[in-house]
Amino acid sequence: MSALLEVSGLHASYGATRVLHGMEFRLEERSITALLGANGAGKTTTLRALCGMVRTEGEVRFGGRRIDGWRTEDIVRLGIAHVPDGRGTFLHLTTEENLRLGAYTRKDRPAVAADLERVYGYFPRLKERARQQAGTLSGGEQQMLAVSRALMLRPKLMLLDEPSFGLAPLVVRELFSILRTINAESGVALMLVEQNAAMALDLAERAYVLETGRVVLAGSAGDIKSDDAVRRAYLGY
Amino acid sequence: MSRKTVTVTILLLIALACVLPFVLKSYHTFQATLVLVYAIALLGLNILTGYNGQISLGHGAFYAIGAYCAAILMDQAGLPYWATIPIAAAVCLLVGFLFGLPALRLEGLYLALATFALAVSMPPILKSHLLEKWTGGVQGIVIVKPDPPAFLGAAGIKLNADQWLYFFSLAVAIVLFIVGWNLISGRIGRALVAIRDHHTAAEAMGIHTALYKSLAFGVSAMYTGVAGALGAIAVQFVAPDSFNVFLSITFLVGIVVGGLASLPGALYGALFIQFVPNIADELSKAAPWAVFGVFLIGFVYLMPTGVAGAVRTLRRRLGSGKLFPLSKEEALP
Amino acid sequence: MEAVLFQVLAGLATGGIYASLALALVMIYQATHLVNFAQGEMAMFATYIAWSLINAGFGYWPAFFLTVLIAFVLGVLIERVVIRPVENAPVLAVVVVFIGLLVILNSVAGWIFTYTIKSFPSPFPAAIGIRYMSPHQMGALLVTLVVLALLYVFFRFTPLGLAMRAAAQNPASSRLVGIRVGWMLALGWGLAAAVGAVAGMMVAPIVYLDPNMMAGILLYAFAAALLGGIDSPGGAVVGGLVVGVLENLLGAFVIGNELKLVVALVLIVGVLLVRPSGFFGSVQVSRV
Repeated sequence: MSALLEVSGLHASYGATRVLHGMEFRLEERSITALLGANGAGKTTTLRALCGMVRTEGEVRFGGRRIDGWRTEDIVRLGIAHVPDGRGTFLHLTTEENLRLGAYTRKDRPAVAADLERVYGYFPRLKERARQQAGTLSGGEQQMLAVSRALMLRPKLMLLDEPSFGLAPLVVRELFSILRTINAESGVALMLVEQNAAMALDLAERAYVLETGRVVLAGSAGDIKSDDAVRRAYLGY
Repeated sequence: MSRKTVTVTILLLIALACVLPFVLKSYHTFQATLVLVYAIALLGLNILTGYNGQISLGHGAFYAIGAYCAAILMDQAGLPYWATIPIAAAVCLLVGFLFGLPALRLEGLYLALATFALAVSMPPILKSHLLEKWTGGVQGIVIVKPDPPAFLGAAGIKLNADQWLYFFSLAVAIVLFIVGWNLISGRIGRALVAIRDHHTAAEAMGIHTALYKSLAFGVSAMYTGVAGALGAIAVQFVAPDSFNVFLSITFLVGIVVGGLASLPGALYGALFIQFVPNIADELSKAAPWAVFGVFLIGFVYLMPTGVAGAVRTLRRRLGSGKLFPLSKEEALP
Repeated sequence: MEAVLFQVLAGLATGGIYASLALALVMIYQATHLVNFAQGEMAMFATYIAWSLINAGFGYWPAFFLTVLIAFVLGVLIERVVIRPVENAPVLAVVVVFIGLLVILNSVAGWIFTYTIKSFPSPFPAAIGIRYMSPHQMGALLVTLVVLALLYVFFRFTPLGLAMRAAAQNPASSRLVGIRVGWMLALGWGLAAAVGAVAGMMVAPIVYLDPNMMAGILLYAFAAALLGGIDSPGGAVVGGLVVGVLENLLGAFVIGNELKLVVALVLIVGVLLVRPSGFFGSVQVSRV
């Protein structure tokens, strides 16, 4: 079975500065993968590179098709939803308008309506705040909104950039448990970038550890979690 | 290009300029005078917009103030033409500075908007009944062309009025250009550019940005006001509709085509705005402005440093011995 | 008292026209953070196109709608061809391009249609006039309200309108949901041009058609947009009506008709100095 996402020899640059050096990894369908590493390791850049937001060289294949060099708007239409760091909420629009925008590229109106209900089912608090301006939501609620907006695409792959950032541990736990449910129920593959390695490793099946733009470690989440030396060296705990 | 070459070039140009009125017909001498006038006006605008980065779409207003100063003083106070120049300068310096104060609070686009509004409002203000006593209302004021001074006749030098006016304007222009050059190449000029390029850093370095910006406005207005006064004397006429928004836009065209933040640019620009309409007029009444518009947009896309910038690049390439550089390093201006 | 009422109602009618043009300005500002200095000339040019169509035998309303369509297409083209290259250029470059556009439109109009003043028809039947408002004033006000209502519905309730709002507010996030931000910008310009065309066709019967007819009106529209808040569509509408009424009242009773334009100047400079975000706009905090 060909992987959902295959990356080989991926370089990425900001201007003249190369930030990613020959990254290699793959994701299977319906999988949950964690991308870990310290600050500045290149995790966010990797997600941006997948979405065509930075200049890249190398190969990125989604469902067997090469998407490196594609524009973001076109990659989205293939079914990759990106939840950016900082959430990228449309602050001046209402919660529901944010969600509807998630489904902007879809033509199947009844299914979109059904997905909206499903998303409200996962996050009832969003339904309460449906007509409120999204900028007035709390940090945790905005993160839920960001995840939900991504879900509205009915994506095959969801990229999440530091979903736990700035959130209280209880909120993160709740969010991650819902992510697990979403993955189980709708079969969306998840790729999480996290600094909070512990929680990410609990959720994920596979993990890649980055250091200065390269993959230095790859393995099952369980293995990495239980290897003390690795944890101390790369994940700081 | 060495300092010696620059000085020699300038002296040659001045010499050429002095010869011109004796070989040109009266009308062409008059046009040459206008080129000098516009060069002064453009230098003024360049100080503010080119060097200091404050966008003014309303410099026609200062030109108008200078022009009306000269006209009113000559017509109603009976002052001799040469006395109106320093007065126009002082008035415009003050007005410009006062304008610069509220302008401090307006950035880029908004300053452009405010000055644009000023330019559009100028003709109605000049035409209004309230000021008619001085401005002559819609009809404006007619100015008598000054005669060459008596001492020249006594010395045996025979000049007609157009030639005299030309030399007078040339003298004013040379003085103002020297003053301008001193300003720009000294501390003040560097401060202005620093403010343009990175306002906050300039402030942090201890440059009193508010003072410099208001002064830039004042000096810029002064230059353009002097140009206005000279222009009025040359044209012998001031009327409200000559000072509409299109005059301000003409100045903008002048500095964009001539070259922002450049002294020679003021001269190139002046030549452009004086002669291109004359040529384009042959085609149709509307053609000059269509040409101006195309040049404005074209220069932004293709030659953002204007003619002056192109000349600079050309000189550098010729100086290095290669007209078409081979490597990227050589191509850097 | 009657005189005041006349002026107020007349002010509302012209105010509606200012509101339309101000709305066009706000639409472009919201999407690009740029003030379209050429908005007035675009409207003027569209009005000349309408005049040509009517002269060629088209009925008023067919010419009207065809002009709106043509203006829309021209607006899209201008954004794609002229504005796109300087989208991220320094402010001075953008201002120069806008002025260049203004000047080209003005002179080409003069070239093609000459500078002779022409009259432009008003389509409104005498029946709709009331005691204090001429048929055209009434009609212009109604048309303005209809246009504003249509725009409101479009932006609030349609997916495309939502996408345009999103693209204006947050281009990065918009790309992440698949919105083609570049085309949203072009659409915004098209709509602004179309709205401007309507404003031009409503004002031409009053001020007569000539290439320079929109300069003063543009100034009022700037004042209206700033007063209401340069990024607030609702503010533009309110601002337009206020400016229209103010202009008429001051012109009739205080400063005389010839200095009416100075009202606009004072408003513009005043708002920019005292309260740059206008009444309904959002306060911009810029990071140093």
